[in-house]
Amino acid sequence: MTDGIEQRINSLNKRLNSEKRFRIYCIGAMSFALAWVLILFLNIFSSGYSAFYRTVIQVDVPFLNLIEDTTQFTEMSSEDINNLSMYSFSKKAIYGLFPDIEEKKDKKMLIRLFSIEFEQEIREFLKSNKSNINETETIYLTASDDVDQVNKGNYPRELDEDKRRIKDIQLLFFDDLVDRGLVSYEFNLPFLMRGDSREPELAGVGGSIVGSLFTILVVLILSFPIGIFAAIYLEEFAPKNRVTDFIEININNLAAVPSIVFGLLGLGIILNTFGLPRSTPLVGGIVLSLMTLPTIIIATRASLRAVPPSIREGALAVGATKMQAVMHHVVPVAMPGALTGTIIGLAQALGETAPLLLIGMVAFVVDVPQTPLDASASLPVQVYLWSESAERGYVEKTSATIMMLLGFLILMNLAAVLIRRKFETKW
Amino acid sequence: MKSIKIKADNLNVYYGEKQALFDVSMYMEEKQVTALIGPSGCGKSTFIRCLNRMNDVIDICKVQGKIEIDGNDIYAPDMQVEQLRERVGMVFQKPNPFPKSIFENVAYGPRIHGIAEHKSDLEEIVVNSLKKAALFDEVKDRLNDAGTGLSGGQQQRLCIARAISVNPDIILMDEPCSALDPIATARIEELMGELKTEYTIIIVTHSMQQAARVSSRTGFFHLGKLVEVDKTETIFSNPSDQRTQDYITGRFG
Repeated sequence: MTDGIEQRINSLNKRLNSEKRFRIYCIGAMSFALAWVLILFLNIFSSGYSAFYRTVIQVDVPFLNLIEDTTQFTEMSSEDINNLSMYSFSKKAIYGLFPDIEEKKDKKMLIRLFSIEFEQEIREFLKSNKSNINETETIYLTASDDVDQVNKGNYPRELDEDKRRIKDIQLLFFDDLVDRGLVSYEFNLPFLMRGDSREPELAGVGGSIVGSLFTILVVLILSFPIGIFAAIYLEEFAPKNRVTDFIEININNLAAVPSIVFGLLGLGIILNTFGLPRSTPLVGGIVLSLMTLPTIIIATRASLRAVPPSIREGALAVGATKMQAVMHHVVPVAMPGALTGTIIGLAQALGETAPLLLIGMVAFVVDVPQTPLDASASLPVQVYLWSESAERGYVEKTSATIMMLLGFLILMNLAAVLIRRKFETKW
Repeated sequence: MKSIKIKADNLNVYYGEKQALFDVSMYMEEKQVTALIGPSGCGKSTFIRCLNRMNDVIDICKVQGKIEIDGNDIYAPDMQVEQLRERVGMVFQKPNPFPKSIFENVAYGPRIHGIAEHKSDLEEIVVNSLKKAALFDEVKDRLNDAGTGLSGGQQQRLCIARAISVNPDIILMDEPCSALDPIATARIEELMGELKTEYTIIIVTHSMQQAARVSSRTGFFHLGKLVEVDKTETIFSNPSDQRTQDYITGRFG
């Protein structure tokens, strides 16, 4: 008898031990996955956060050298100011930082501390403050990418001079400006407002954020109603036969089609056959809608199916028509699930790159798009574009763009969770 | 002898290949409770769901034969099923209130049928229906609370109120007490006694005691066939068929 008990205790211990091992494997798998996510985030944040700051250098601009009386600016239109020749005037204002320099070469080096658009920046300052210009104004001009990187400590100053783009004399100028307190480090608002640029210090994600928003808007407008109606029809009204089986299988297949195939479809049909404008959020949105539709349909059908049939019967039994039963009772209960599916579909569309490459949203676009019919980039494509550039400014901006993209995705998923929590029907 | 409200004639029902009802013929009297008993899967629920054409929802279900309510064939092509269901209400096995407020649950039927013209009419209908379902006193202070938040017995009475809100002639009850405790069951049975003065009630039940308590006539189903239908006293005291005898004495089922 005692042998039997011992045997059973042994076998119980074995089972408990195997459970312990199983748990350890599970925790191990989870930690492994989490560790990679953490590494990814740390990597992106550590290289990207600095893009949200920029270096500016304070320059005194003597407007009296441009015009006899600064009150005259008040009368000038923006066009008049655009027609003013300001290039040499602006350069002279910068030379004013180091009045002692004589040599042309050194002057050129000094100018190169600044972004190439310094003249434009002074002009913009003049335009927006034209009624209130003093004889001399202090203007913060954007530093060039190299100076910006030196200021951020990303630049290897100790390299030999001929291996650096920034020269010794420029470093001397820069250090002197720092000592004089003329160099400051500020939040990089232009990064969020501007479009792309060939100059890393001037490039911004504003254009691609707006492009992405327009694209997502088009996706939402197209795929939400179509997806919801298709799902309601298939789940509630369609007869169960071979045709609907075939449609169902193909919707599931559609969800698994590689996204680049949708890009080809967009290129072949939407651009070439229908002739819609290339590189626009409208076309991007249409193509991404095709990709999002199956996700929305599948999620909506699942949540419709989760509504207990007794609710439909209850409505039918008081004499509701089929459509009334579905619209009044089933759809409202299924809506949170459908919305969650839609948001997840939209988040997918937001991060999609490949189809956009084929319909030309990979173009270099300087202007922030005003309508969905303007050429535009989108956030993931911007990442793709900048990741190919060698300048350090683009490297940090690539990471910063990824941060913005992740931020939007997290926000959307959060919205999905909140909607589900708030509107879910409790039984 | 009461007048006949519902008459079924040679009713055969198929689910795909499988036949669920075989040549069922019976009648049900007006303003009486008729009970249908029998073991699980015997076809009594299938039969009751034919009376308001609830089986139409099931694609593979095919109904042959004739059912007449007040002499009108309810499977006639010109019969509108929504109108039929307005006259033949139904209460289901599991309470299934809509996930909406108590008020909305009862107001839904009158609203879609356009019975109430004004809001005050609608309120009156809701209050009356809840009173008839013996639920009003318990919920009068919280008509805007969710109907799904009530107890099981209250939910079932809410479903009864919902069924009578459109003023039907007939109420079908498909095992209305099977998910309820004895106290809630007693309340529903008591309620049926009150409701039969106004409505014709057909109840499917697993409990023979319940059938004996509430009904005036009882039908016994077995394997898709109506074995016997007669006065309730007769069925329980002196059934004419051996199978009925075996079932009510608990020898099978």
